[in-house]
Amino acid sequence: MLNAKKIRADFPFFKQKLKGKPLAYLDNAATTQKPRQVLDAMQEAYVARNANPYRGAYALAVEATEAYERAREKVADFIGAEPEEVIFTRNATDSLNIAANLVCASRKRGSTILLTEMEHHSNLVSWQLAAKRWGHRISYVKVKSDGHLCREDLEKKAGMSPLVFSFVHVSNVLGTVNNAKQLSQLAHENGSLACIDAAQSVPHMSVDVQKLNCDFLAFSGHKMLGPAGIGVLYMKKELQEEFEPLFGGGEMIKKVSLGGASWNDPPHKFEPGTPNLQGAVGLAAAIDYLMGIGMENVERHCQGLAAYCRKELEGIGAQLYGPVKGAGIVSFNVGNIHPHDVAHFADKEAVAIRSGHHCAQPLMNALGIAASCRASFYVYNDKEEVDRLASAVSRAAKALG
Amino acid sequence: MAAEDIYRENILDHYKHPRNKGKIAQADAEAQDSNPLCGDEISIGIRVENKKIVDLKFDGSACAICIAAASMLTEEVKGKGLEEAKGFSKERLLSLLGIDPGPVRLKCALLPLKVLKLAIYRHLGKNPEKEDGLV
Repeated sequence: MLNAKKIRADFPFFKQKLKGKPLAYLDNAATTQKPRQVLDAMQEAYVARNANPYRGAYALAVEATEAYERAREKVADFIGAEPEEVIFTRNATDSLNIAANLVCASRKRGSTILLTEMEHHSNLVSWQLAAKRWGHRISYVKVKSDGHLCREDLEKKAGMSPLVFSFVHVSNVLGTVNNAKQLSQLAHENGSLACIDAAQSVPHMSVDVQKLNCDFLAFSGHKMLGPAGIGVLYMKKELQEEFEPLFGGGEMIKKVSLGGASWNDPPHKFEPGTPNLQGAVGLAAAIDYLMGIGMENVERHCQGLAAYCRKELEGIGAQLYGPVKGAGIVSFNVGNIHPHDVAHFADKEAVAIRSGHHCAQPLMNALGIAASCRASFYVYNDKEEVDRLASAVSRAAKALG
Repeated sequence: MAAEDIYRENILDHYKHPRNKGKIAQADAEAQDSNPLCGDEISIGIRVENKKIVDLKFDGSACAICIAAASMLTEEVKGKGLEEAKGFSKERLLSLLGIDPGPVRLKCALLPLKVLKLAIYRHLGKNPEKEDGLV
């Protein structure tokens, strides 16, 4: 079991009050708050260990290099990868853009990229841009009204052997958990690469790239108690030699002359420029913190809160979207009241929820709605906060309904 | 804080009983736009005689602030000259609303004004892209 109250005490953010009330922060699918342990680790890395990794022969530079590589090993362990398969990026969006361009540039024009209607814009616009740039086309697996992928459409389109199948593991709008292992397998059976947007899954459940057997996997540090500005692109070892780097700069090279350059070994080949040492250290500290809780506990806690939230909101007549059994995300609407108005009423009670299209416009279109409210949970949330949300939603319904 | 009291009596009144809501028969010009952030969508049709807006209606799905703004705005410019309506300032609309919607909701409040001006420019055969700021 997880003690949310005890966990909350680790977060300086929650010491503040909003409008005299403790803040119920229920927008964790957007970003999460940071525990003292993460902030301290980053502070320490700035105060005592700040040098440019790889580039100096002095002791401090060696320490910085070691701290950065330790962070990479920590991430690798956390997702079941080899350290050299972990490429540090800015965030999941950055990772997906890199994957999209590497993949699209690696084949002649005229291939098909397979995505789903469920994608966040980061796994959608990235591929649209890359496909346009390299002359490929995109096809999309349909989403059913219950928030699951349409099996028939999936098998038909995956069966057409696209160059790559890139899909979201957990929907940021609906909390739908896709069977990533099965989808990767389906991609491979049809000779396609498998790329996973794991921005909402890695923070919430145990994710193992060996078990999923994917080729790429992307996630962000800031959605899992880590800092903003650090993300991860897992890339399978066998692919790393095949792909040319997208961006050039320092540390990604072996040898440079005026006539050209040869590449450093992966993952450095894909990490040009001065790395984000403090970001990596912060992410490693966030992983330590999550492992201290246990990912099974994180998953159970957030799912439990989502289930409770669905029940409470249903009780006051809200319309819920997405599967009953999903991750810690609940999307809903109340009558014809605009989600922005609901979010505003919640804000009055110091309850922070998201409202809008959640950067997934095609999914909203598929569901036939322009926008929704979304509550998303993490380790520091509890049932009392859900109760506060439900009463704020009731108040909005009463005032505006 | 702006968030405290933006759902005032007059806003709720216009939201629950919007004036000039619906489709206008035989509009001389129509326009619509949306707010990409929240999905607010507003369309406005105007009927013009002797350079005056003799009738107009708005339609769409939007938040309370946006609906109230559209209701108050259409009420205010009905019967007014095209020139006056074209020069309707955002400050004037905000003072009609009587609230400071804050930076995020400002776009909701101003969407109807933008759409009205689009319709007027369309009627005048002008390209709104070339005019100085719609709102």
